[in-house]
Order: sequence, then structure tokens, then C-alpha cells
Amino acid sequence: MIEKLLFYVFAAILIFAATMVITARNPVHAALFLVLAFFNSAVLWVIAGAEFLGIVLVLVYVGAVMVLFLFVVMMLDINLAKLREGFIRHLYIGLPIAAVIVVQMILVVSSGAMAPAEMPEATMPIPDPAETGNTTVIGGVLYTVYVYPFELAAVILLVAIIASIMLTLRRREGVKHQDIGEQVNVRKEDRLRMARSFGGSGDGRNDNKYPGR
Amino acid sequence: MTPETFETPNLMLALPEIWMLGMACLILVVDLFSSDRDHTLAYWLSQATLLGAIVITVQTQWGLDVTTFTENYVADSAGVVLKVAVLLLTFLAFAYSREYLRERGMLRGEFYLLTLFATLGMLVTISAHSLLVLYLGVELMSLSLYALVAMRRNSPAASEAAMKYFVLGALASGMLLYGMSMLYGATGTLEITAIAEAAAEESRLLLVFGLVFTVVGVAFKFGAVPFHMWVPDVYQGAPTVVTLFIATASKVAAVGLFIRLLSEALGPLHGEWQHMVLLLAVASLLVGNTVALVQSNIKRMLAYSTFNHIGFIFLGFLVGTPEAYGAAMFYAVTYAFTVAAAFGVIMLLSRQGFEAENLDDFKGLNERSPLFALVMLILMVSLTGIPGTVGFYAKWLVLKSVVEAGFIWLAVVAVIGAVVGAFYYLRVVRLCYFEKPEGEGPQPVGSGGFQTVLAVNGLAVLLLGIFPGALVAVCMAAFG
Repeated sequence: MIEKLLFYVFAAILIFAATMVITARNPVHAALFLVLAFFNSAVLWVIAGAEFLGIVLVLVYVGAVMVLFLFVVMMLDINLAKLREGFIRHLYIGLPIAAVIVVQMILVVSSGAMAPAEMPEATMPIPDPAETGNTTVIGGVLYTVYVYPFELAAVILLVAIIASIMLTLRRREGVKHQDIGEQVNVRKEDRLRMARSFGGSGDGRNDNKYPGR
Repeated sequence: MTPETFETPNLMLALPEIWMLGMACLILVVDLFSSDRDHTLAYWLSQATLLGAIVITVQTQWGLDVTTFTENYVADSAGVVLKVAVLLLTFLAFAYSREYLRERGMLRGEFYLLTLFATLGMLVTISAHSLLVLYLGVELMSLSLYALVAMRRNSPAASEAAMKYFVLGALASGMLLYGMSMLYGATGTLEITAIAEAAAEESRLLLVFGLVFTVVGVAFKFGAVPFHMWVPDVYQGAPTVVTLFIATASKVAAVGLFIRLLSEALGPLHGEWQHMVLLLAVASLLVGNTVALVQSNIKRMLAYSTFNHIGFIFLGFLVGTPEAYGAAMFYAVTYAFTVAAAFGVIMLLSRQGFEAENLDDFKGLNERSPLFALVMLILMVSLTGIPGTVGFYAKWLVLKSVVEAGFIWLAVVAVIGAVVGAFYYLRVVRLCYFEKPEGEGPQPVGSGGFQTVLAVNGLAVLLLGIFPGALVAVCMAAFG
């Protein structure tokens, strides 16, 4: 009973936050609402017994991804008025289509096709949460049964690194940067020039640009 | 499947993918430490990787039908045909790319790496035997392609194309994933044969609900009407070599996606998805031909005419018999090689600061280069589908299976579409042979190697038209 109540409370906040993400006028507010949405879905996962996924969602998305996201939003000066220009103009096409899709989806869901009794047995048996935790179970299959998808996910991350470096790294001429190897290898002769003072030995050598001054 | 019953996977079965990944990582490191501005070593290593992968694929996978990696990976003959086609098309793209990229300052090691990773994603998609792997393969392919489209950073057109491709592609991936989650909910499994078994037992509403979203996702990856908005902009905005890669290899990979997802996993729901694919096919045939008529940019014209050919491929799919799948595969593979050569000719005529992408640039090509005017003639006649060319055999095979399945009106629509297509394809031939260029007109540039490969590609299209039997037999055997 209390579980159901919690579910509905957090689900309601989740939907509210998700709506606010796309309607908020200020991009920083939108990003913060996204954090709220992530947090609520993490709670829903914990209620469903997937505590590991819930914690990872908070750690990775709320902790790392969204902070970066906020940095980017704050650094870029996004002109929202321009972004919203076409919003009303396209609304009269978009809204009826969205309404039709929503009605169709409601018809499917309300027909009982998604009732718990209709659901098939899971091929991956779900162990009793009291005995083994969600983390142990995921650890057991991640590197065995799902090793191939796991490796593929790693390759996708590698592609993301290569692509982001290719798109952002630019070599410009005339940029002053430090080359530590050169700094260490420098010799005295490269940097120092011995200049004789005016009252020197008088051998005629004079490096001064204006001799005789 | 639990860890207790886990069997060590047979790595030898997945050797083509493992080879591609290992070599891609090797090229990444080698290119990092090479100071060669032409990236010659990376180029030859990439080509050797692709050729090696073709040999490995044919040697280890032809004639099999086994799964490994706990049912996540399947090696079968249909996969071999598609994989060899993808690898050969990537080989052609690399062979055509070097001078084009060097002249535009885009010749970077990352081009080879991202293309190799995209090819790996295509191989993974073609060999996928679970929804999870299918999705990861499609994402690996798409993410690499988004970056490749955006490679020309300073060009606003390329950035716009990349943004459109990325945003719409992410939306389509979301659709695909949502549909897959519904399929998982309805069947309780991600594995393709298990889904097919569950779907055969009883037709449940939830399965069809998921099916709708997966069809949308697949149609987007094909660029079928009405999910085609990204295609013309991406074709025009991307560097021509990337356009070539997207227009050819990714379409062949999309055939693999369709076969795994809709034919194998959701084959029992054929009655449900037949109507959806039929609508997509008819819309593609109509829109593709009518809009291609008025294009003056040849890259956009090829983009719109793609829809016409996708319509034909979908006609083969919707019949759903093994012969029809074989015909659709034959169509996709031969179409890809024909279009690859067409983009090759565009690149041949382009030089620094100039893209030969307007139809007017092809005026009087015969006087400047009789050989490549002839290649263009072969390609355009084949794309039209005039008897005696490979395009004709492909169209004929598809139409034969469509008529056998009783959709005579569909065959009539498709033939009318092909006749309309003859207008804009043969217009290019007319420009090449019977028009005078304004001024000099673009000269064919490019090294001997590039010209040889391109001529061989054009000749192969001609030879396939005269002797199509072998490839038809291979495509049919893949589904036999």
C-alpha cells in the first residue's frame, strides 16, 4: 500500500518535472528540472527493486552528466526567443498529431494489453530481493551472458572519444603554448647573449645597436 | 540464461568483427605516431583490413547457421552476402576518397577510423541475434556517421546536415528502442528466435504496439518516405565521399536490420507489418520520382531517386517469401554498387574549391572523357532499369515475386515509377553526350589508381548486367 502511494507520488513529480524541462523559459531551470526528473526515476527504479541502477542513475547522470550540461548551458549564450520562433506556427500541425498518437496509445494501454497478468515469464529469472541483491545478479551476467553487448558499448564510447576530439581539436597558427621538452633541453647559449659593457676591454667588439652612445 | 549455465563463447565464429575491431584499434595507434600528412599507412592498413575481413567472412561463415555469445551473435549465409557487400562498398569509398579529401584539407586519420567503426557497426547489425545487439550495432553505425557528416567543420551546410541527421536520428533511435522495450515486455526475452516463437503462439496487442515503433525506426534508417526529411540535406551537405558511404553501405546494413528485426524476430506478425511496409513502399515510389524530376543538383537528385529504389526493396520485403527476400537483397546490393560508381564520377570531376554537383557540370562529358561518359551511361541506364542491365534484373526479380504474391496493382505502380525515373536518369546521359558545356566544364582529375578503380566499378555494373546469374544464385542461396 505504502509502496503504491510512493510510486504514484514520485511518478507524478517525474511527469511534472519532464513537462517543465520542455516548457521552462530559462535553460538553466530546464536543466535543473531534468535533474529532478532523473532523481525521481531513480527512486522509481529503487522501488521496483533495481537499487543498483537507481544509484548509478543518480551518480552518473545527476552527478556527472548534468553538471557538465549545466556548465555548457551557462557558458553558451542561447537566444531562446529565436529558438521558440516556430513553436506556435508548427503547433497547429504538431498538436493534432500528438493528440492522435496519445489517444491511440491510451486505447492500447486501456485494453488490458499491459495488465500485469498478461505479462510473460521473464527468461532471466528474477531472484528474491531478500536473498541476493540486484547488484550481485547484474555482476553475474554482465561479463558472461552479456559480454558481447558490453564490449560493443565500450566500442561506442571509443567512437564518441574519437569523434569529439576530431570535431573540437583545432590547430591554430600563432598560439603560444608551453613545450616542456624544449624547455628542459634548452642550453645557456640559446637564451643568453654576452654583451660587453661600454668600459670593457676595448677590443672593438660591440653588440650594442647604437655604438658610440 | 543464467551465469550457471553460461558457456564460453566460440570466438572464432565472430572473427570478422573481432578482426575489424582489432585492426581499427591498431590503425588508431599507428596513425597517432605517424607524422605522414597523407596518412598513407593508415590508408593501406584500412584497405588491407577490409579485404582481410572479406576473406575471413566468406571462409568462416558461409553456409553456417549457428549462434554464439549466448545467442547474441548469429553467423549465416544471408549475413555473409550483406557483410561482403558492406566491406566492398567501404573499400570503394576509401579508394575514391583520398584525393577528394586531400584537396579539401579533410584527409585525417579520423576519417578512416570513424568509417571503419561505422563498418564494424554495420557488421554487428547484420550479425545481431538479439534486440540489444541490434540496437548497439545501429547506434555504433549512426554515431560514426553523424561525426563523419560533420567532418567539414567550416561549412555551414555540413554542420546543418549533421545537426539534422543527429537530431532526427536520435528521435528514430528512441522510437526503435521504445518499440524494442514493448517487444521485450510482450515476450519476456531479447533473443530473436525466442521472440519469433513467442510471437507465433498468439498475436497480442502489445506486440503489434511495439511493432509499429520498430517499423518507424527501421524506415528512418532506410530513409523511406515519410521518414525521409533528412536524406536530401545530408546527401547534399556531407562531403561527397561520406554521402557515398551513407547512400550505399548504410542502406545494405539497413537491409540486414530489416531482415533480423522484422523478418526473423517478427516474422509471425508478417500479416500486421505487411500493410505498413506497403504504405511506405508506395509513398516512397511516388514522392521519390516526382520530386527527383525537378532537381538541378545531382546529389539531391540521387537522394530523391533513392526513395524510388527503397520502394522497390520494400516491395520485395512485403511479399515475405524467401525468393522475395533474395530479390530485395540482390536489388539493394546491385543498387549500392551502381550508386557508388555514380558518386565516384562526381568526385572525379570535382576539384579544389569546386564540387561538380550540378547537372550542368556533366554537359559534354563525352568530349572531355569518353571513358567516364560511358561509365555514367552504364550507371544511369542501369538505374533506369533498361533490359540488359543489372538494374533491370533487380527490378524484374522483385516485380516477379510481387506479381506471384498477387499484388498486380503494386507492380503496375512500380513500373510507372520506373518509367518516370527514366526521364531524370536519361537526362544525365543526354547532358553527357549531346550538350555543349558553358565554358570549359570540369575536367576529370584524379590519379591513375582512382580512375582505374572507378572504371572497374563501372565495368562490374555492366558485367553484372550481362551475367547476373552468379550473384542472383548467391542471394537466393542465402535464404534457401
